[in-house]
Amino acid sequence: MSAQNLVVKSFVLPGLPQPLLTPKANAGYARLRDAFEKVRAEIEASGADVILIYSTMWPSVLGHQVQCRELLEWTHVDEEFHDLGSIPYKLKMDGALGRAIVKNGEKRGLHMRPVDYHGFPVDTGSVVALKLINPDNRIPAVVLSSNMYADRAETVVLGKATLDALKEQNKKAVAIVISTLSNRLHQTFLDPKDDKIHSLKDQEWNLKMIEFFEKGRLEDLSQLSRQIQKEARVKKVNNFKPLWWLSTVSGPHNRYKGEVLAYEPVCGTGSAVVSLVPTEFASRDLEFDEDSPEVFAGERNVLGPSLNETRGMNSQTLNAGLEDEGLE
Amino acid sequence: MTGKIVLGALAPHPPHLVYAENPPQNEPKAEGGWETLRWGYDKLRASLAKLDYDVIIVLSPHWRTYVGTHVLAHPHFKGLSVDPVFPHLFRYNYDLKVDVALAEALNAEAQKTGYPMKLMKNPDYRIDYGTIVSCHLANPKWDKPIVAISSHSSSAYFSPDVMQEEMLALAKITRAAIEKSGKKVVLLASNSLSHRHFTKEPPLPEDMSHEHIYNHSQYLWDMKLIELFKAGKSKEVFQLMPDFTEQAIGETDSGALSWLLATMNFPTKPAEVHAYGTVIGTGNAIVEWSLT
Repeated sequence: MSAQNLVVKSFVLPGLPQPLLTPKANAGYARLRDAFEKVRAEIEASGADVILIYSTMWPSVLGHQVQCRELLEWTHVDEEFHDLGSIPYKLKMDGALGRAIVKNGEKRGLHMRPVDYHGFPVDTGSVVALKLINPDNRIPAVVLSSNMYADRAETVVLGKATLDALKEQNKKAVAIVISTLSNRLHQTFLDPKDDKIHSLKDQEWNLKMIEFFEKGRLEDLSQLSRQIQKEARVKKVNNFKPLWWLSTVSGPHNRYKGEVLAYEPVCGTGSAVVSLVPTEFASRDLEFDEDSPEVFAGERNVLGPSLNETRGMNSQTLNAGLEDEGLE
Repeated sequence: MTGKIVLGALAPHPPHLVYAENPPQNEPKAEGGWETLRWGYDKLRASLAKLDYDVIIVLSPHWRTYVGTHVLAHPHFKGLSVDPVFPHLFRYNYDLKVDVALAEALNAEAQKTGYPMKLMKNPDYRIDYGTIVSCHLANPKWDKPIVAISSHSSSAYFSPDVMQEEMLALAKITRAAIEKSGKKVVLLASNSLSHRHFTKEPPLPEDMSHEHIYNHSQYLWDMKLIELFKAGKSKEVFQLMPDFTEQAIGETDSGALSWLLATMNFPTKPAEVHAYGTVIGTGNAIVEWSLT
C-alpha cells in the first residue's frame, strides 16, 4: 500500500459536548449533530481499518501519549459542562497500532508514552467524537495527545511516525483532529439559544479558515497555523498544532475535495465539521515555505551560553555555541 | 457566631508526593522520594492536628474552567482519579465529603455580586487530582468535608492582571460566605510556585539524583516570594504576582495563591515556611499562615 492511500479521508471535528448531550438546545448544535451523522456514514463507507484521532483536548507534557488500552470504559463528565449530563462510554481501541506509533515515534527521536490504565481520563473531545461517529465501535480507534510544548517539527514527525505504523501494519485509516477553529469560550453563562461566535475577529478568521478548507488547501492552512494561533486562539498551548499532524498523515499538499458540513458557535467557539477527501485536482500552493523534518533532533539551545561570540557567528547547528565544546 | 479562617496554606499538589508516601488509596508503589517536601507536609499536618476546624476550602489549578468559576456541591464523591500526565504514579481511590451548605453559601454570595459562578452537582463527576493531592497531604484521614473551587482561566484568557482582579472579588465572596457560615475554615491554595518542568523523567521517577530546579531564574523568583512570605509581606507578594506568574511560568496563573492571600486579608504576620523543594523541576513550597 502506498503512503498516498494509507489515509483515505480526513476530518476536523469540534469537541465540546453540546452536539451529543443537548442537540436540541440550539438549532446550530442540531446542525452539528447532523454533520457528525454524515461523518459517521462517510467513515462507514470508507473501508478504513482504524480511526486515528489527534485531540487538542488531550494535552500532554511528557512528550506525546498514545492510548493503547483495548477497551476504554467509564462514565465521563465534562469539567466545564457537567450540568449537561454524564456520558457513559465503551470505546474500542487498536492497541497494537497505538504501540507501533509509540515505537516509530521513538525511532524518529520523539519522547512517546503508551497509555494503558483503567480509568485513564479520556478527553471530552475524543469521547464525544467517537460516541457520534463510531457508536457501535465498528472500527477501532487510536487517540494521540497534543503535546503542549511541541512545535511544528515534533508534530510533523509525529505524523510521519503515525504513517510508519500504518505502513507496517498495512492498515487504512481515517484521520481526525479534534479541535475548534477559534477557541474562545464565553466567560459568562449564556442561554444556549443565544449562542454566538465570541467576537467578530474570531468570526472573520473562522471564515478565512473555512474558505481554505472548502478549496481543499490543507497544507496551506497547516502552514498558516502560527498565524491562526496569534489571531484566533487563546494561548493555552504554545501553538496551533492539529493541522500540522493532519496534513502530514493525510499528505502535505492541497489536493483535496474539502467540504464544510457545518459551522456553528458552541459556547462562543467556532465549531466546524470538515471533510477532506484526496483528489487529483490541486488548488494553487500559495503558502508553502516550511520544511518537512524526518526526525526530531531536540530543542535548539537558543538560550544557551553564547560561547561562539568570540569566534564569529555560526547558527547552522542545532546547538549554536556548544558544538566545539563537546557539550551537544 | 461569626465564621473565620483559622489557617491558610500554600499546599502544592505534585502527585509524586502521594506516590512517594504509598498510601493504601494509591495503586502504584514507590521507594520514597521528595522527602523534604513530604516532611514539610508532616509539619503542616501537625499544625492542623492541633487546630479545631470544620471544613477545608481548596482552590485547584487542575479543575480549569473557562465559563465562570465552579464549586463542588454534591455531598459525597467516590471514585478513581488517574493523573492524565503521570498515570504511572497516581491512580488514587478517593472517598470524600463536601460541605454543600458552605458551597451554596459561596454561590449565593457570588450571585449577589454578579460574579459568574456555577455549582457542580453531577454525582458522576471525577474530582481533579490537584484537589485530591492537596487535601490528602493536608488531611490524609479525610475526616473533614471540603469545598473545592475551580480555577477560572482568566490569566491564560486575558492576563495575570485580570486574574488578580477576579481573585480579589472571589476572596471577598469567600470571606463573606465563611463569616455567615459560623464555621472554622482552613484554606488551601493547591499550586506550585515556579512551574517550568522537565519533559522527560528518569526511568525510576523517585531517583532523586535527577531532581533539581529547571533553571536558576525560577529558583531566584521562588526565593523572592519565600523571603516575602517569611517577612509577612503578603500584600507585596500579591502585587508581584503578575510578574512572578509570567517570568517564573508560575502555577500561580491558576489564581490560587492570590485568592488565598486576599481571602486571608493579606496577613502581616510572618508565614511559616515548612519546606521548599522541586518536583520534576518545578518549585514547590509548603507555607502556613496560622490565623488563630
